[in-house]
Amino acid sequence: MALRWKGGLKDRDVTDEAIWLNRRQLLGGSAGLALAGLAGGVRADTALEPNSWEEITSYNNYYEFGTGKDDPARHAGALTISPWSVKIDGLVDRPGEYAFEDILAQMTLEERIYRFRCVEAWSMVVPWTGFELADLLDLAGVQSSAKYVAFETVLNRDEMPGTAYRVLDWPYVEGLRLDEATHPLTIMATGVYGRDIPKQNGAPLRLVVPWKYGFKSIKSVVRITLTEDEPPTSWNKANAREYGFYSNVNPEVDHPRWSQATERRIGGGLFAKREPTLMFNGYEEEVASLYAGMDLGKFF
Amino acid sequence: MIADRINRLARRVPNWTLYILCPLPALWYLWLGLTGGLGVEPIKALEHALGELALQLLIAVLCISPLRKHAGVNLLKFRRALGLIAFLYVTLHLLVWLLLDVQIPAQIWADIVKRPYITVGMAAFVLLIPLALTSNNLSLRRLGGKRWRQLHKLTYGAVLLGGLHYVMLAKGFQIEPLIYLAAILGLLALRLPTLGSPGRARQRG
Repeated sequence: MALRWKGGLKDRDVTDEAIWLNRRQLLGGSAGLALAGLAGGVRADTALEPNSWEEITSYNNYYEFGTGKDDPARHAGALTISPWSVKIDGLVDRPGEYAFEDILAQMTLEERIYRFRCVEAWSMVVPWTGFELADLLDLAGVQSSAKYVAFETVLNRDEMPGTAYRVLDWPYVEGLRLDEATHPLTIMATGVYGRDIPKQNGAPLRLVVPWKYGFKSIKSVVRITLTEDEPPTSWNKANAREYGFYSNVNPEVDHPRWSQATERRIGGGLFAKREPTLMFNGYEEEVASLYAGMDLGKFF
Repeated sequence: MIADRINRLARRVPNWTLYILCPLPALWYLWLGLTGGLGVEPIKALEHALGELALQLLIAVLCISPLRKHAGVNLLKFRRALGLIAFLYVTLHLLVWLLLDVQIPAQIWADIVKRPYITVGMAAFVLLIPLALTSNNLSLRRLGGKRWRQLHKLTYGAVLLGGLHYVMLAKGFQIEPLIYLAAILGLLALRLPTLGSPGRARQRG
Protein backbone atom coordinates (compact mmCIF):
# COMPACT_ATOMS: atom_id res chain seq x y z
CA MET A 1 0.00 0.00 0.00
CA ALA A 2 2.66 2.49 -0.98
CA LEU A 3 1.46 6.03 -1.71
CA ARG A 4 -1.58 5.47 0.44
CA TRP A 5 -2.11 7.50 3.53
CA LYS A 6 -4.75 8.43 6.05
CA GLY A 7 -6.64 11.72 5.91
CA GLY A 8 -5.87 14.95 7.68
CA LEU A 9 -3.63 16.54 5.06
CA LYS A 10 -3.37 20.29 5.42
CA ASP A 11 -1.66 23.02 3.41
CA ARG A 12 1.40 22.77 5.64
CA ASP A 13 1.88 19.16 4.55
CA VAL A 14 2.35 20.13 0.94
CA THR A 15 5.27 18.54 -0.82
CA ASP A 16 7.04 20.72 -3.31
CA GLU A 17 6.12 19.59 -6.81
CA ALA A 18 9.74 19.06 -7.88
CA ILE A 19 10.49 16.93 -4.82
CA TRP A 20 7.25 15.06 -5.37
CA LEU A 21 8.16 14.22 -8.95
CA ASN A 22 11.68 13.31 -7.91
CA ARG A 23 10.33 10.99 -5.25
CA ARG A 24 8.27 9.23 -7.90
CA GLN A 25 11.40 8.67 -9.96
CA LEU A 26 13.25 7.28 -6.93
CA LEU A 27 10.47 4.82 -6.25
CA GLY A 28 10.78 3.71 -9.82
CA GLY A 29 9.72 0.24 -10.79
CA SER A 30 8.95 -1.02 -7.32
CA ALA A 31 6.28 1.66 -7.00
CA GLY A 32 4.67 0.26 -10.10
CA LEU A 33 4.41 -3.15 -8.50
CA ALA A 34 3.07 -1.72 -5.27
CA LEU A 35 0.51 0.42 -7.07
CA ALA A 36 -0.72 -2.56 -9.07
CA GLY A 37 -2.17 -3.90 -5.85
CA LEU A 38 -3.72 -0.61 -4.80
CA ALA A 39 -7.36 -0.66 -3.74
CA GLY A 40 -8.14 -4.20 -4.72
CA GLY A 41 -6.68 -4.57 -8.16
CA VAL A 42 -7.19 -1.09 -9.52
CA ARG A 43 -4.27 -0.38 -11.78
CA ALA A 44 -2.52 2.95 -11.39
CA ASP A 45 -0.41 3.50 -14.46
CA THR A 46 3.01 4.65 -13.35
CA ALA A 47 4.05 5.22 -16.93
CA LEU A 48 1.89 8.32 -16.80
CA GLU A 49 3.85 11.50 -16.32
CA PRO A 50 1.55 13.98 -14.61
CA ASN A 51 0.99 17.42 -16.05
CA SER A 52 2.44 20.30 -14.08
CA TRP A 53 0.55 22.08 -11.32
CA GLU A 54 0.41 25.15 -13.53
CA GLU A 55 -1.10 23.26 -16.46
CA ILE A 56 -3.68 21.51 -14.31
CA THR A 57 -4.76 24.67 -12.52
CA SER A 58 -4.66 27.24 -15.34
CA TYR A 59 -6.56 25.46 -18.12
CA ASN A 60 -10.04 24.64 -16.89
CA ASN A 61 -13.62 24.33 -17.96
CA TYR A 62 -15.84 25.57 -15.17
CA TYR A 63 -18.53 27.56 -16.93
CA GLU A 64 -19.95 28.99 -13.71
CA PHE A 65 -16.84 31.18 -13.71
CA GLY A 66 -16.84 31.92 -17.43
CA THR A 67 -16.46 30.08 -20.72
CA GLY A 68 -12.79 30.97 -21.33
CA LYS A 69 -10.21 28.40 -20.26
CA ASP A 70 -8.50 30.97 -18.02
CA ASP A 71 -11.74 32.35 -16.54
CA PRO A 72 -12.01 29.75 -13.74
CA ALA A 73 -8.48 30.43 -12.46
CA ARG A 74 -9.24 34.14 -12.58
CA HIS A 75 -12.67 34.17 -10.95
CA ALA A 76 -12.97 31.05 -8.79
CA GLY A 77 -11.08 32.64 -5.91
CA ALA A 78 -14.32 34.31 -4.79
CA LEU A 79 -16.05 31.00 -4.09
CA THR A 80 -16.75 30.27 -0.44
CA ILE A 81 -15.77 26.68 0.28
CA SER A 82 -15.76 26.75 4.04
CA PRO A 83 -18.03 25.73 5.63
CA TRP A 84 -19.02 23.07 3.09
CA SER A 85 -21.48 20.27 3.31
CA VAL A 86 -22.92 17.73 0.95
CA LYS A 87 -26.57 16.87 1.04
CA ILE A 88 -27.07 13.18 0.44
CA ASP A 89 -30.67 12.23 -0.15
CA GLY A 90 -33.02 10.10 -2.19
CA LEU A 91 -32.90 6.34 -1.83
CA VAL A 92 -30.50 6.22 1.12
CA ASP A 93 -30.90 4.97 4.69
CA ARG A 94 -29.26 7.99 6.31
CA PRO A 95 -30.16 11.11 4.31
CA GLY A 96 -28.93 14.48 5.48
CA GLU A 97 -26.34 17.23 5.30
CA TYR A 98 -22.87 15.76 5.66
CA ALA A 99 -20.23 18.29 6.72
CA PHE A 100 -17.12 18.13 4.57
CA GLU A 101 -14.83 17.65 7.60
CA ASP A 102 -17.00 14.82 8.91
CA ILE A 103 -16.85 13.09 5.54
CA LEU A 104 -13.06 13.47 5.30
CA ALA A 105 -12.59 12.12 8.82
CA GLN A 106 -14.19 8.85 7.78
CA MET A 107 -12.59 8.43 4.37
CA THR A 108 -9.28 6.89 3.29
CA LEU A 109 -7.44 9.37 1.11
CA GLU A 110 -5.38 7.94 -1.71
CA GLU A 111 -3.27 9.28 -4.53
CA ARG A 112 -4.62 8.36 -7.95
CA ILE A 113 -2.78 9.34 -11.10
CA TYR A 114 -5.42 9.34 -13.81
CA ARG A 115 -5.65 10.32 -17.41
CA PHE A 116 -8.12 13.17 -17.86
CA ARG A 117 -9.73 13.42 -21.29
CA CYS A 118 -11.93 16.36 -22.26
CA VAL A 119 -14.60 15.97 -24.94
CA GLU A 120 -12.88 18.91 -26.66
CA ALA A 121 -10.12 16.42 -27.55
CA TRP A 122 -7.44 17.62 -25.15
CA SER A 123 -6.06 15.63 -22.27
CA MET A 124 -3.97 15.82 -19.14
CA VAL A 125 -2.62 13.47 -16.53
CA VAL A 126 -3.61 14.52 -13.03
CA PRO A 127 -2.31 13.26 -9.68
CA TRP A 128 -5.49 13.45 -7.67
CA THR A 129 -5.92 12.93 -3.97
CA GLY A 130 -9.30 11.55 -3.05
CA PHE A 131 -11.40 8.70 -1.79
CA GLU A 132 -13.64 6.19 -3.46
CA LEU A 133 -17.19 7.39 -4.01
CA ALA A 134 -18.38 3.93 -2.98
CA ASP A 135 -17.12 4.64 0.56
CA LEU A 136 -19.08 7.88 0.74
CA LEU A 137 -22.22 6.16 -0.53
CA ASP A 138 -21.77 3.50 2.14
CA LEU A 139 -21.79 6.27 4.73
CA ALA A 140 -25.32 7.17 3.66
CA GLY A 141 -26.44 3.60 3.07
CA VAL A 142 -27.69 3.03 -0.47
CA GLN A 143 -31.07 1.32 -0.66
CA SER A 144 -31.54 -1.65 -2.94
CA SER A 145 -34.01 0.16 -5.19
CA ALA A 146 -31.43 2.80 -6.16
CA LYS A 147 -30.08 2.50 -9.68
CA TYR A 148 -28.52 5.89 -10.38
CA VAL A 149 -26.58 8.60 -8.58
CA ALA A 150 -27.32 12.25 -9.35
CA PHE A 151 -24.88 15.06 -8.52
CA GLU A 152 -25.25 18.81 -8.27
CA THR A 153 -22.66 21.61 -8.34
CA VAL A 154 -22.91 24.52 -5.94
CA LEU A 155 -24.77 27.52 -7.40
CA ASN A 156 -23.77 30.74 -5.74
CA ARG A 157 -24.59 33.40 -8.30
CA ASP A 158 -22.87 36.21 -6.36
CA GLU A 159 -19.57 34.38 -6.49
CA MET A 160 -19.94 32.84 -9.94
CA PRO A 161 -19.91 35.53 -12.66
CA GLY A 162 -20.51 33.00 -15.43
CA THR A 163 -23.96 32.21 -14.08
CA ALA A 164 -25.15 35.71 -15.07
CA TYR A 165 -25.62 34.13 -18.51
CA ARG A 166 -27.67 31.06 -19.13
CA VAL A 167 -24.81 29.28 -20.89
CA LEU A 168 -26.20 26.14 -19.28
CA ASP A 169 -29.28 25.46 -17.20
CA TRP A 170 -27.79 26.17 -13.75
CA PRO A 171 -27.09 24.51 -11.39
CA TYR A 172 -24.81 22.06 -13.19
CA VAL A 173 -26.02 18.50 -12.73
CA GLU A 174 -24.50 15.15 -13.60
CA GLY A 175 -25.27 11.51 -13.08
CA LEU A 176 -23.88 8.00 -13.09
CA ARG A 177 -25.35 4.56 -13.05
CA LEU A 178 -24.90 3.04 -9.58
CA ASP A 179 -22.41 0.43 -10.79
CA GLU A 180 -20.33 3.18 -12.41
CA ALA A 181 -20.50 5.25 -9.25
CA THR A 182 -19.38 2.40 -7.03
CA HIS A 183 -16.59 1.27 -9.35
CA PRO A 184 -13.24 1.45 -7.56
CA LEU A 185 -11.86 3.83 -10.19
CA THR A 186 -14.55 6.41 -9.38
CA ILE A 187 -13.30 8.81 -6.75
CA MET A 188 -14.26 12.04 -5.05
CA ALA A 189 -11.14 14.19 -5.34
CA THR A 190 -10.12 16.60 -2.62
CA GLY A 191 -6.59 17.36 -3.76
CA VAL A 192 -4.08 17.67 -6.58
CA TYR A 193 -0.38 17.00 -6.04
CA GLY A 194 -1.17 16.37 -2.38
CA ARG A 195 -2.39 19.93 -1.89
CA ASP A 196 -5.99 20.97 -1.38
CA ILE A 197 -7.78 20.95 -4.73
CA PRO A 198 -7.86 24.47 -6.22
CA LYS A 199 -11.24 26.14 -6.61
CA GLN A 200 -10.97 26.24 -10.41
CA ASN A 201 -10.57 22.46 -10.33
CA GLY A 202 -13.73 21.98 -8.26
CA ALA A 203 -12.88 22.60 -4.62
CA PRO A 204 -13.47 21.32 -2.09
CA LEU A 205 -14.85 18.07 -3.42
CA ARG A 206 -15.35 16.88 -6.98
CA LEU A 207 -16.14 13.70 -8.79
CA VAL A 208 -13.50 12.03 -10.99
CA VAL A 209 -14.58 9.31 -13.42
CA PRO A 210 -11.43 8.72 -15.44
CA TRP A 211 -12.91 6.68 -18.28
CA LYS A 212 -15.51 9.33 -19.15
CA TYR A 213 -15.18 12.74 -20.78
CA GLY A 214 -14.20 15.43 -18.30
CA PHE A 215 -17.59 17.10 -18.05
CA LYS A 216 -18.97 14.01 -16.30
CA SER A 217 -16.55 14.67 -13.44
CA ILE A 218 -18.75 17.28 -11.80
CA LYS A 219 -17.09 19.93 -9.65
CA SER A 220 -17.78 21.45 -6.22
CA VAL A 221 -20.44 18.90 -5.33
CA VAL A 222 -23.14 20.00 -2.88
CA ARG A 223 -25.72 17.31 -3.42
CA ILE A 224 -25.78 13.60 -4.16
CA THR A 225 -29.13 11.96 -4.76
CA LEU A 226 -29.75 8.25 -5.19
CA THR A 227 -32.53 7.65 -7.69
CA GLU A 228 -34.36 4.89 -9.46
CA ASP A 229 -34.49 6.71 -12.79
CA GLU A 230 -31.72 8.07 -14.97
CA PRO A 231 -31.11 11.62 -13.76
CA PRO A 232 -30.85 14.62 -16.11
CA THR A 233 -27.34 15.83 -16.96
CA SER A 234 -26.48 19.42 -17.88
CA TRP A 235 -24.78 18.95 -21.25
CA ASN A 236 -27.34 16.40 -22.33
CA LYS A 237 -30.08 18.91 -21.54
CA ALA A 238 -28.22 21.60 -23.50
CA ASN A 239 -27.58 19.45 -26.57
CA ALA A 240 -28.73 15.83 -26.46
CA ARG A 241 -27.40 15.11 -29.95
CA GLU A 242 -23.85 15.91 -28.88
CA TYR A 243 -23.72 14.81 -25.25
CA GLY A 244 -25.13 11.49 -24.10
CA PHE A 245 -25.73 10.30 -20.56
CA TYR A 246 -22.81 7.87 -20.65
CA SER A 247 -20.16 9.96 -22.43
CA ASN A 248 -17.51 7.27 -22.15
CA VAL A 249 -14.25 8.15 -23.85
CA ASN A 250 -14.52 6.26 -27.12
CA PRO A 251 -12.27 6.92 -30.12
CA GLU A 252 -14.72 5.08 -32.38
CA VAL A 253 -17.82 7.08 -31.56
CA ASP A 254 -17.46 10.44 -33.21
CA HIS A 255 -18.73 13.53 -31.48
CA PRO A 256 -20.55 15.84 -33.91
CA ARG A 257 -18.23 18.66 -32.93
CA TRP A 258 -14.83 17.04 -32.48
CA SER A 259 -13.33 13.83 -33.79
CA GLN A 260 -12.57 11.67 -30.78
CA ALA A 261 -10.02 9.45 -32.53
CA THR A 262 -7.10 11.56 -31.34
CA GLU A 263 -6.31 14.01 -28.59
CA ARG A 264 -3.68 16.57 -27.74
CA ARG A 265 -1.94 16.40 -24.40
CA ILE A 266 -1.83 19.81 -22.74
CA GLY A 267 1.66 21.17 -22.20
CA GLY A 268 3.27 20.25 -25.52
CA GLY A 269 3.49 23.81 -26.77
CA LEU A 270 2.69 25.18 -30.20
CA PHE A 271 3.85 22.06 -32.05
CA ALA A 272 2.34 19.37 -29.82
CA LYS A 273 1.47 16.24 -31.80
CA ARG A 274 -1.89 14.55 -31.60
CA GLU A 275 -1.98 11.18 -29.89
CA PRO A 276 -4.42 8.35 -30.46
CA THR A 277 -7.25 8.25 -27.92
CA LEU A 278 -7.56 5.03 -25.97
CA MET A 279 -10.84 3.16 -25.54
CA PHE A 280 -12.38 4.14 -22.19
CA ASN A 281 -9.44 6.54 -21.89
CA GLY A 282 -7.10 3.62 -21.25
CA TYR A 283 -9.24 2.00 -18.54
CA GLU A 284 -10.86 -0.56 -20.83
CA GLU A 285 -9.60 -3.53 -18.84
CA GLU A 286 -11.23 -2.19 -15.69
CA VAL A 287 -14.54 -0.86 -16.96
CA ALA A 288 -15.48 -2.51 -20.28
CA SER A 289 -17.49 -5.16 -18.42
CA LEU A 290 -19.83 -2.44 -17.12
CA TYR A 291 -21.10 -2.00 -20.67
CA ALA A 292 -21.19 -5.61 -21.84
CA GLY A 293 -23.93 -6.08 -24.41
CA MET A 294 -24.61 -2.36 -24.78
CA ASP A 295 -24.41 -0.62 -28.14
CA LEU A 296 -22.00 2.18 -27.27
CA GLY A 297 -22.86 3.98 -30.49
CA LYS A 298 -26.43 4.28 -29.24
CA PHE A 299 -25.66 4.71 -25.55
CA PHE A 300 -22.94 7.29 -26.15
CA MET B 1 -17.36 68.73 -37.13
CA ILE B 2 -15.89 65.43 -36.05
CA ALA B 3 -16.59 63.75 -39.39
CA ASP B 4 -14.65 66.44 -41.25
CA ARG B 5 -11.75 66.14 -38.88
CA ILE B 6 -11.64 62.36 -39.36
CA ASN B 7 -11.84 62.79 -43.10
CA ARG B 8 -8.96 65.28 -43.09
CA LEU B 9 -6.89 62.92 -40.95
CA ALA B 10 -7.75 59.95 -43.18
CA ARG B 11 -6.52 61.84 -46.22
CA ARG B 12 -3.14 62.30 -44.56
CA VAL B 13 -2.72 58.63 -43.56
CA PRO B 14 -1.27 56.64 -46.43
CA ASN B 15 -2.64 53.19 -47.15
CA TRP B 16 0.66 51.40 -46.68
CA THR B 17 0.57 52.14 -42.94
CA LEU B 18 -2.33 49.69 -42.69
CA TYR B 19 -0.42 47.00 -44.51
CA ILE B 20 2.41 47.44 -42.01
CA LEU B 21 0.44 47.92 -38.79
CA CYS B 22 -2.46 45.50 -39.17
CA PRO B 23 -0.44 42.29 -39.52
CA LEU B 24 1.54 43.11 -36.34
CA PRO B 25 -0.97 41.51 -33.93
CA ALA B 26 -0.60 38.23 -35.85
CA LEU B 27 3.17 38.33 -35.31
CA TRP B 28 2.65 39.30 -31.68
CA TYR B 29 0.35 36.32 -31.05
CA LEU B 30 2.74 33.99 -32.85
CA TRP B 31 5.56 35.27 -30.63
CA LEU B 32 3.40 34.79 -27.52
CA GLY B 33 2.53 31.27 -28.65
CA LEU B 34 6.17 30.37 -29.10
CA THR B 35 7.23 31.82 -25.78
CA GLY B 36 4.48 30.50 -23.55
CA GLY B 37 2.47 33.75 -23.42
CA LEU B 38 -0.71 32.09 -24.69
CA GLY B 39 -1.10 29.73 -21.76
CA VAL B 40 -0.65 25.99 -21.58
CA GLU B 41 -2.64 25.27 -24.78
CA PRO B 42 -1.24 27.80 -27.28
CA ILE B 43 -2.59 26.14 -30.43
CA LYS B 44 -6.27 26.79 -29.65
CA ALA B 45 -5.45 30.21 -28.22
CA LEU B 46 -3.63 31.24 -31.41
CA GLU B 47 -6.37 29.77 -33.61
CA HIS B 48 -9.07 31.68 -31.73
CA ALA B 49 -7.13 34.95 -31.56
CA LEU B 50 -6.53 34.95 -35.32
CA GLY B 51 -10.11 33.98 -36.10
CA GLU B 52 -11.49 36.72 -33.90
CA LEU B 53 -9.20 39.34 -35.45
CA ALA B 54 -10.25 38.18 -38.92
CA LEU B 55 -13.90 38.61 -38.00
CA GLN B 56 -13.25 42.04 -36.47
CA LEU B 57 -11.47 43.19 -39.64
CA LEU B 58 -14.30 41.90 -41.84
CA ILE B 59 -16.79 43.79 -39.67
CA ALA B 60 -14.63 46.91 -40.02
CA VAL B 61 -14.85 46.50 -43.81
CA LEU B 62 -18.65 46.33 -43.53
CA CYS B 63 -18.66 49.56 -41.48
CA ILE B 64 -17.01 51.68 -44.13
CA SER B 65 -19.90 52.37 -46.47
CA PRO B 66 -22.53 52.94 -43.72
CA LEU B 67 -20.12 55.35 -42.02
CA ARG B 68 -19.93 57.35 -45.20
CA LYS B 69 -23.63 57.14 -45.93
CA HIS B 70 -24.94 57.89 -42.47
CA ALA B 71 -22.15 59.75 -40.71
CA GLY B 72 -20.30 61.43 -43.53
CA VAL B 73 -17.06 59.74 -42.54
CA ASN B 74 -15.16 58.71 -45.64
CA LEU B 75 -12.72 55.87 -45.06
CA LEU B 76 -13.28 54.30 -48.46
CA LYS B 77 -9.61 54.44 -49.37
CA PHE B 78 -8.84 51.96 -46.56
CA ARG B 79 -11.42 49.37 -47.59
CA ARG B 80 -9.26 47.34 -49.94
CA ALA B 81 -6.35 47.21 -47.49
CA LEU B 82 -8.63 46.14 -44.63
CA GLY B 83 -10.26 43.51 -46.82
CA LEU B 84 -6.93 42.04 -47.88
CA ILE B 85 -5.58 42.04 -44.33
CA ALA B 86 -8.80 40.35 -43.16
CA PHE B 87 -8.18 37.68 -45.81
CA LEU B 88 -4.63 37.29 -44.49
CA TYR B 89 -6.01 36.68 -40.98
CA VAL B 90 -8.62 34.21 -42.21
CA THR B 91 -5.84 32.35 -44.06
CA LEU B 92 -3.59 32.30 -40.99
CA HIS B 93 -6.52 31.10 -38.85
CA LEU B 94 -7.12 28.30 -41.37
CA LEU B 95 -3.41 27.40 -41.51
CA VAL B 96 -3.17 27.13 -37.72
CA TRP B 97 -6.21 24.86 -37.77
CA LEU B 98 -4.78 22.70 -40.58
CA LEU B 99 -1.13 22.46 -39.58
CA LEU B 100 -1.08 22.81 -35.80
CA ASP B 101 -4.55 21.74 -34.68
CA VAL B 102 -5.89 18.95 -36.91
CA GLN B 103 -2.49 17.85 -38.26
CA ILE B 104 -3.82 14.66 -39.83
CA PRO B 105 -4.57 15.20 -43.56
CA ALA B 106 -7.24 12.49 -43.73
CA GLN B 107 -9.09 14.12 -40.87
CA ILE B 108 -9.13 17.58 -42.45
CA TRP B 109 -11.55 16.76 -45.27
CA ALA B 110 -13.60 14.56 -42.93
CA ASP B 111 -13.95 17.49 -40.54
CA ILE B 112 -14.92 19.91 -43.29
CA VAL B 113 -17.66 17.61 -44.57
CA LYS B 114 -18.87 16.31 -41.22
CA ARG B 115 -18.82 19.22 -38.82
CA PRO B 116 -21.25 21.96 -39.79
CA TYR B 117 -19.36 24.79 -38.07
CA ILE B 118 -16.23 23.87 -40.01
CA THR B 119 -18.20 23.56 -43.28
CA VAL B 120 -19.58 27.05 -42.72
CA GLY B 121 -16.17 28.50 -41.85
CA MET B 122 -14.63 26.88 -44.88
CA ALA B 123 -17.39 28.25 -47.13
CA ALA B 124 -16.64 31.74 -45.83
CA PHE B 125 -12.98 31.28 -46.72
CA VAL B 126 -13.82 30.05 -50.22
CA LEU B 127 -16.08 33.06 -50.82
CA LEU B 128 -13.22 35.35 -49.87
CA ILE B 129 -10.74 33.86 -52.35
CA PRO B 130 -12.11 35.55 -55.52
CA LEU B 131 -12.40 38.80 -53.60
CA ALA B 132 -8.77 38.71 -52.51
CA LEU B 133 -7.65 37.75 -56.02
CA THR B 134 -9.51 40.68 -57.60
CA SER B 135 -8.58 43.31 -55.03
CA ASN B 136 -6.21 45.10 -57.39
CA ASN B 137 -6.59 47.82 -59.99
CA LEU B 138 -5.91 45.52 -62.92
CA SER B 139 -8.81 43.24 -62.00
CA LEU B 140 -11.04 46.24 -61.42
CA ARG B 141 -10.27 47.48 -64.95
CA ARG B 142 -10.63 44.05 -66.55
CA LEU B 143 -13.95 43.29 -64.87
CA GLY B 144 -15.36 46.77 -65.20
CA GLY B 145 -16.71 48.67 -62.21
CA LYS B 146 -20.21 47.23 -62.28
CA ARG B 147 -19.21 43.57 -62.49
CA TRP B 148 -16.44 44.11 -59.96
CA ARG B 149 -18.92 45.63 -57.49
CA GLN B 150 -21.36 42.78 -58.07
CA LEU B 151 -18.62 40.24 -57.39
CA HIS B 152 -17.53 42.01 -54.21
CA LYS B 153 -21.01 41.71 -52.74
CA LEU B 154 -19.80 38.20 -51.87
CA THR B 155 -18.30 39.96 -48.85
CA TYR B 156 -21.76 40.04 -47.30
CA GLY B 157 -22.09 36.27 -47.56
CA ALA B 158 -18.57 35.65 -46.31
CA VAL B 159 -18.94 37.85 -43.22
CA LEU B 160 -22.33 36.37 -42.42
CA LEU B 161 -20.90 32.85 -42.66
CA GLY B 162 -17.94 33.93 -40.53
CA GLY B 163 -20.26 35.20 -37.80
CA LEU B 164 -22.34 32.04 -38.03
CA HIS B 165 -19.18 29.92 -37.77
CA TYR B 166 -18.38 31.63 -34.46
CA VAL B 167 -21.90 31.16 -33.08
CA MET B 168 -21.94 27.50 -34.08
CA LEU B 169 -18.62 26.59 -32.55
CA ALA B 170 -19.47 28.08 -29.16
CA LYS B 171 -20.43 25.47 -26.58
CA GLY B 172 -23.63 26.26 -24.74
CA PHE B 173 -25.42 29.62 -24.94
CA GLN B 174 -22.66 32.22 -25.18
CA ILE B 175 -23.16 35.96 -25.55
CA GLU B 176 -20.00 37.11 -27.34
CA PRO B 177 -20.48 35.30 -30.66
CA LEU B 178 -24.11 36.44 -30.71
CA ILE B 179 -22.98 40.06 -30.33
CA TYR B 180 -20.74 39.63 -33.37
CA LEU B 181 -23.56 38.07 -35.37
CA ALA B 182 -25.95 40.84 -34.34
CA ALA B 183 -23.43 43.48 -35.44
CA ILE B 184 -23.02 41.75 -38.79
CA LEU B 185 -26.78 41.45 -39.31
CA GLY B 186 -27.21 45.11 -38.36
CA LEU B 187 -24.54 46.24 -40.82
CA LEU B 188 -26.04 44.10 -43.56
CA ALA B 189 -29.52 45.45 -42.80
CA LEU B 190 -28.22 48.96 -43.44
CA ARG B 191 -27.66 47.85 -47.02
CA LEU B 192 -31.32 46.99 -47.53
CA PRO B 193 -32.95 49.50 -49.91
CA THR B 194 -35.65 50.40 -47.36
CA LEU B 195 -33.12 51.16 -44.61
CA GLY B 196 -30.45 52.83 -46.70
CA SER B 197 -32.40 56.09 -46.62
CA PRO B 198 -30.23 58.73 -48.36
CA GLY B 199 -30.66 57.39 -51.88
CA ARG B 200 -27.75 59.33 -53.29
CA ALA B 201 -25.02 56.94 -52.25
CA ARG B 202 -27.03 53.74 -52.44
CA GLN B 203 -25.60 52.34 -55.65
CA ARG B 204 -22.11 52.83 -54.36
CA GLY B 205 -22.80 50.71 -51.24
